[in-house]
Amino acid sequence: MSKIPFAHTPENVFRLVGRKTIAFFEDVGGLAVMIKEMLWGLPKAVTRFHLIIEQMHAMGVNSLPLVALVSIFTGAVTAVQAVYQISDYVPIRYLGTMVGKAVMIELAPVLTALVVAGRVGAGIAAELGTMKVTEQIDALQTLALDPVEYLVTPRFIAGVLMLPILTVFADAIAVAGGMGISAATLHVPPHTFINGMRSFFKSMDLFSGLFKAFVFGGIISIIGCYQGFKTYGGAEGVGRSTTKAVVLASVLILISDYIVATILFG
Amino acid sequence: MIEIKNVFKSFGGNQVLRGVDLTIKKGETMVILGRSGCGKSVMLKLIMGLLRPDSGQIFVNGDEITLFKDSQFNKLRQKFGMLFQAAALFDSMTVDGNVGLALREHTNLSEKEIEKKVAAKLKLVGLSGVEQMKPAELSGGMKKRVGLARAIAMDPEYVLYDEPTTGLDPIMSDVINELIVCLRNTLSITSIAVTHDIVSAYKIADRIAMLYEGKIIFVGTPEEVKRTDNPVVRQFVEGSSQGPIETL
Ligand SMILES: Nc1ncnc2c1ncn2[C@@H]1O[C@H](COP(=O)(O)OP(=O)(O)OP(=O)(O)O)[C@@H](O)[C@H]1O
Ligand SMILES: [Mg+2]
Repeated sequence: MSKIPFAHTPENVFRLVGRKTIAFFEDVGGLAVMIKEMLWGLPKAVTRFHLIIEQMHAMGVNSLPLVALVSIFTGAVTAVQAVYQISDYVPIRYLGTMVGKAVMIELAPVLTALVVAGRVGAGIAAELGTMKVTEQIDALQTLALDPVEYLVTPRFIAGVLMLPILTVFADAIAVAGGMGISAATLHVPPHTFINGMRSFFKSMDLFSGLFKAFVFGGIISIIGCYQGFKTYGGAEGVGRSTTKAVVLASVLILISDYIVATILFG
Repeated sequence: MIEIKNVFKSFGGNQVLRGVDLTIKKGETMVILGRSGCGKSVMLKLIMGLLRPDSGQIFVNGDEITLFKDSQFNKLRQKFGMLFQAAALFDSMTVDGNVGLALREHTNLSEKEIEKKVAAKLKLVGLSGVEQMKPAELSGGMKKRVGLARAIAMDPEYVLYDEPTTGLDPIMSDVINELIVCLRNTLSITSIAVTHDIVSAYKIADRIAMLYEGKIIFVGTPEEVKRTDNPVVRQFVEGSSQGPIETL
């Protein structure tokens, strides 16, 4: 290996590109295999109801305060900026329409998912990563238990169930935040705000957001588990996996947000 | 019966096993000796299918497990118990959860029967009243013994012990040695024990194998080990820094 900084000979560049490409396809393959095994584990998971409940609690209930905090400010800032953006050419009674749609379709599901990816996705990767490096996953196998079935499937189920539920809360709290700030500082009374929301409401607004949340929940769990299982190299490795899980889940949330939006609204 | 035939295993450029041959007969306790880092734990993991050999064959009861797909191992593993070197307890579960996990997952026993069974296994390893503790609250030696209780919870036919007495006080070591002997005598369990503890090896072994430089260089009864003139084995059991084994 060359010791001169930036001394990327063509060979080194090719090697780097090659290595990254192989690693990418290894990850895609590994993820696909894990998802397949996880889905096979679904029937069995019903008999391990307590594991699902445990994970739902960790993901959902414990994330609620953070999601609530983020949602309140999301709603408030949406209202303030909507007024700034539209007040010249849209009647103010449509403020509720704008805030409601922005929150339900896009902001609540995506921001909730990003917050949960940071909190829960990291937690999953750290927990499973620690189990991997301390041989607990090997131990699970020696007891004739399938680690994917036992660890991944309950987390996946909890993820796809809890994210939509959290998003419903986020919707409600963000709308309340927007409504509150409108009444307090923007001279839009609550009944005007609500009327604005109701007059153009489509159930598609709500359900598209919840469908997104369902997809995001799956992504957070699967990526967290995958990075956890891939961990090697002690505490340092656990740290590396945790970071990767959060970054990768966040990127995939934004990409899949675009894809789902294109499918549903395009 | 477990047969290991010409097994090779390397990690990157590190050739750990270089043609291991060893047969463990039904009902016997085989002790594997060898220096730290020579691949003893790797051997046990190969037998459990946790690692796959690069080449060579492993047979358990005549089945060539080296040909198994990952999904085929679970049936076999129900007949096995393994004690990990660092215990590898599930730290999100209590002691009861650890020892009783396989019972809860693979049997239809009632909760009451499982609790009774867990308490009985814990008693065998000299523990009582620790069921509700988490692994983080246990001492190193206690973890080891809980790991042992977990390994034998399902009354396996085969038990693999990775350093069962390391980290235990001399009295507790002897309790565990007695337990291993007793399991063999009463339940005719077939076992492989990795240990650095020569006293324990003499006590529990039917036969002793020495793993050195990636190969099994010696197999014999404890008597044969005591009488051998193989210089590597002599140096190892005498614990001498002088001899053919390089210390660097
Ligand atoms: N998963 C792994 N990845 C890379 N190398 C490994 C792995 N497991 C073991 N090794 C290497 O294999 C060699 C043998 O390891 P092993 O744990 O079997 O030693 P051991 O004989 O059990 O030693 P000790 O008595 O200290 O426990 C070591 O050099 C170790 O670095
Ligand atoms: Mg070892």
